[in-house]
Amino acid sequence: MIIKTSNLTKRYDTQAAVNNLNLEIRAGEIFGLLGPNGAGKTTTILMLLGLTEPSEGSATIAGYNPTTEPLEVKRIVGYLPDSVGFYEDLTGRENLRYTARLNNLPPAKGEQRIDYLLQRVGLTKVQDQPVGTYSRGMRQRLGIADALVKDPTIVILDEPTLGIDPEGTREVLAVIRQLAQQDGRTVLLSSHLLHQMQEICDRVGIFVRGKLLACGAIDTLGDQVLAHEPQQIEIRAQPVDRRQVELIAAIAGVETVERDQDGLIVTASRDVRAELSKTLIEANYSLVHLRQRGRELDDIYRRYFARQEVS
Amino acid sequence: MLPKQRILTEAKSKLKSVRHKLTDLAEQNTGLLVLCRKELADHLNSKRFVIIVILVALTGLASIYAAANGIRAATQDQKTDFVFLYLFTAGGKSVPPFISFIALLGPLVSLALSFDAICGERSRRTLSKLLAQPIYRDAVINGKFLAVVIVSALMLVSLGALVGGLGLLLTGIPPSAEELVRILAFLFLTTVYMALWSALAIFFSVCFRQAATSALAGMAVWLFFSVFAQLLVGLVADAIFPLTDQAAAQIVFRNQQLRQFLGWLSPTTLYSEAVIAILNPSIRILGPVMMEQIEGAIAGPLPLGQSLLLIWPHFTGLIAGALLCFAGSYVLFMRQEIRAD
Repeated sequence: MIIKTSNLTKRYDTQAAVNNLNLEIRAGEIFGLLGPNGAGKTTTILMLLGLTEPSEGSATIAGYNPTTEPLEVKRIVGYLPDSVGFYEDLTGRENLRYTARLNNLPPAKGEQRIDYLLQRVGLTKVQDQPVGTYSRGMRQRLGIADALVKDPTIVILDEPTLGIDPEGTREVLAVIRQLAQQDGRTVLLSSHLLHQMQEICDRVGIFVRGKLLACGAIDTLGDQVLAHEPQQIEIRAQPVDRRQVELIAAIAGVETVERDQDGLIVTASRDVRAELSKTLIEANYSLVHLRQRGRELDDIYRRYFARQEVS
Repeated sequence: MLPKQRILTEAKSKLKSVRHKLTDLAEQNTGLLVLCRKELADHLNSKRFVIIVILVALTGLASIYAAANGIRAATQDQKTDFVFLYLFTAGGKSVPPFISFIALLGPLVSLALSFDAICGERSRRTLSKLLAQPIYRDAVINGKFLAVVIVSALMLVSLGALVGGLGLLLTGIPPSAEELVRILAFLFLTTVYMALWSALAIFFSVCFRQAATSALAGMAVWLFFSVFAQLLVGLVADAIFPLTDQAAAQIVFRNQQLRQFLGWLSPTTLYSEAVIAILNPSIRILGPVMMEQIEGAIAGPLPLGQSLLLIWPHFTGLIAGALLCFAGSYVLFMRQEIRAD
């Protein structure tokens, strides 16, 4: 575990922005903090970097405590803040050079590294233009290069794709994927955009109101979050008749069977899909459609985040 | 081994260890040095700095020109050995002397250079990126402060040289060694005074999120000390020790004492008193003087060492003020949350 938090809590006045967070991130994986705005993602990241102090609990990054040993942590962690800023009058290259100097890189080595990074994020052509002339996507990519100047083992990216166009997003995501797969760095990124996270993350933590709702590989998240709720299964098998309904109702665990347009909706206390299809096929029904409702990340996301947004 | 050789090798190893210590020190302060260097470059390239230099140079030249024109009459009246210093302390008919200009504009320059030290980084959204680098937080404050001090010192020394050179051309009187030292002491004192204001401006820039608020707060303090503080001091002193026509000598004396004491709380008063004492060797004592004290005293200029001794408390006072502002900035900044928005 390269990053570990135990009961990490941050309170502002009485409200908890982050509430008893226990998180474990393995070395070399891409971990996504997924949650709506104001869920406490940025606060968590700030605590991991020692930019704010936790009210309770603690975090360890590669064995260091960010509150008491901030310099050691900052030596190995590259950070791209949420909507990053640059010195607008300086060129992209000069901005990176400043970061290199702050990291105590020898000038020659620093220039080499900057060349390499600029090429990697595709900014070599505009490196000598002032950052004031850069587009949002270019800034974001420069920000990633800036986070990589110190050759970090851990990269923390806060909303790296916020406010950039689809093409820019694709480029940024490609760079992020490379960070873990090619360089073997650990990447922690936060976002409220589900599909991007689904695309690149190994594991995701869903964050709502300062609490970690679920954490794990994307395909296991649905079960984790909705494990205690009855499942709904859409089923369409021909021909639709009374015997079919009776057959389904006879399966253990099935609670209700309702008619819905040209199919049935089955509510069950457990996953009965396998038995359903077997029973129906053996009884010579032709199965046209079988879908579990509300178990995809989309559904979870809509469900929890919509509720959050309203309140 | 010959003794000569041994001494040589010992000296070499000593030198080596000193060099090691120096490189260690530089390494520990990487953040500070890099930051200071960048800030320095930023200041010297900024339009703000150009405007400030033009403003200060123009007013300085105007006052020096007036002083040089009136210098003949002034020296005839007062009979002083320190003619060159007169260039700095004497004003023309309608133009105040050089030192008054500096006393007024110096703080303004410091405020202008450092009012957005921290909140500027905040509003540019570069602060969290900066503090995610392996540098101590106080290096940010120190580096910025150091850069402003270097810029002000540079500006003051060039201004002093300009004024001195011009005075030389206009009057044809070369300065004596003592005058030169006194002028250097004046420039140093002014640098310290400006450093105090820059520490204050940095404190406000940590306090407030908006650069405009920080600038306004700095200006308010500046206005208070350069205009209202003296009025207030007089008001308080007169209320406690009223000066009526029949007031006893003791009351008058107490009133003066209280005025002076309260005045010392203001950095502006400290600075102006110190400058007058250092550039005016004939000033022997600051504040109310009793008849007994001057009885038997020989009228004549004070030697340099004595003048310096006279302003030593003022100097310490200014440094203490700067340290106070620094302490405030540290306490606020060290535990502040660094958020991008």
